[in-house]
Amino acid sequence: MKILVCISHVPDTTSKINFTDGDSKFDTNGVQFVINPNDEFGLTRAMWFKEKQGASVDVVNVGGPETEPTLRKALAIGADNAIRVNTLAKDGYQVAKELAKVVKDGAYDLVIAGRESIDYNGGMVPGMLAELTDANFVTNCINLEIDGTNAKAVREIDGGKETVSTSLPLVIGGQKGLVEESDLRIPNMRGIMMARKKPLTVVEATSAETETASVKFEKPAPKGAVTLVSPDNLDELVNLLHNEAKVI
Amino acid sequence: MSVLVYTESENGKFKKTAFEVASYAKAVANQLGTTVTAVAINANDTSELGKYGVDKVLNVSNEDLKTFNAKSYASAIKQAVEKESAKVVIVSSSADSKYLAPLLAVGLDAGYASNVVEAPSSTAPFTIKRTAFTNKAFNITTIDTDVKVVGVSNNSFGLVETSGSASAEDFSPSVPASGVHVESVDKATDKVSIADAEIVVSAGRGMKGPENWGMIEELASVLGAATACSKPVSDLGWRPHSEHVGQTGKPVASNLYIAIGISGAIQHLAGINASKVKVVINTDPEAPFFKAADYGVVGDAFEVVPKLIYYPHP
Repeated sequence: MKILVCISHVPDTTSKINFTDGDSKFDTNGVQFVINPNDEFGLTRAMWFKEKQGASVDVVNVGGPETEPTLRKALAIGADNAIRVNTLAKDGYQVAKELAKVVKDGAYDLVIAGRESIDYNGGMVPGMLAELTDANFVTNCINLEIDGTNAKAVREIDGGKETVSTSLPLVIGGQKGLVEESDLRIPNMRGIMMARKKPLTVVEATSAETETASVKFEKPAPKGAVTLVSPDNLDELVNLLHNEAKVI
Repeated sequence: MSVLVYTESENGKFKKTAFEVASYAKAVANQLGTTVTAVAINANDTSELGKYGVDKVLNVSNEDLKTFNAKSYASAIKQAVEKESAKVVIVSSSADSKYLAPLLAVGLDAGYASNVVEAPSSTAPFTIKRTAFTNKAFNITTIDTDVKVVGVSNNSFGLVETSGSASAEDFSPSVPASGVHVESVDKATDKVSIADAEIVVSAGRGMKGPENWGMIEELASVLGAATACSKPVSDLGWRPHSEHVGQTGKPVASNLYIAIGISGAIQHLAGINASKVKVVINTDPEAPFFKAADYGVVGDAFEVVPKLIYYPHP
């Protein structure tokens, strides 16, 4: 089985979010970048398939050279090959189209992406990629088993979960549950040394076609200070929620 | 040329988000000087939609669409869009709508923007405001394609009642075979889901153990709220994973979020920040949640929560 894991290069959750160039660009100054958490669960599940069932695991990112350390980290965790599509990621459709070409060229059976990235939160790349490559698609996936070309997946739905059967080729929008947090791997010394020698192939983008364009960013208005209510005066809390906030 | 809205139903009844996306569609239709057409799949009574600005309902009754299937539903909606020559398509942010929207967008060669929180600031270029960086910022985005798909964030636009009424016509799209088959659905039918809830009552490690969740459930039941929990609580197995809210759990965008015994780690706050009003109850006045909350009680959950439950409700 040939597995491709899509890796987004995103600011760590604890990063300060600021913008430059008239609020049109994300300010990367002093920001630590990581593998998108939803993708990391997928990568770890892919490693499980590789070790238990036999599979090759490649990772891919659409982005500039600055994303390579994130791909190297994925190699250090255990992926075999990395591919970087050399272009600035501008919108979900453009990224999905570039990934579709990588999927077709590499004849991958299973593609695991995160359900969404924690920076743009578009939540559209896995679905678009499935549609563009004519693959089956399950998102918000919290469990995945593969048997030959058959797959069984569990999808989180509003208020519960749903078990589906499907088959390869398949695109997964993954999240926590594919593996548990405690299963995530921190690259060890050996992994890091080996990752340096593993192939990281740079391919050029095929088109720059986009469907949406980011105009600018805004930060939410600064929040006022918390209104503290004494635990002995909960009438006031109920009163505030009813008459001031109007939420009960 | 009407604005098309997919109004989601469950067991024949419209979800609240259906009325919210209908209200949003009406606002867009007013800007464009056109009407709103809704597509409803296996809904019992579509007349309610008129109250929220829908002019016409395309009523789909099809046994093959009885359980949700992203590919089949996306195809049915696409056929409705084409029949109406709609240029703007509105969907909600439910798990199902977010599943089908990218498929629909590719099918229609449409640009798609998700998590949209306001009516368009301009229709040419079509400019919307959406949340990004997990609610730490907004992104002003244009959708530049001829047909546009807009995913509206839950509880962001609200319900807007009008005096109109909706006409209905039967619509029979063809349903293509899907490669994904639902085997079983595991869903608590007597509980409000986190996605649909206007109020979410959420608790953390401060509750000391799973045996103490009775009061959390009781408070939720009094408020008609969904229950949720922090990541450590689901990791410890005190509560099911489906209740975990935060960056790697479920996102919350409720009107009221009550955090009990949750310190407010940045990953937790990222997932719940889209909620309008936040209340924190915690013994530790230094807990980071107090910086993110609108109202706070420095106190012991074991004393405060029972008092709230028995408080006579306004």
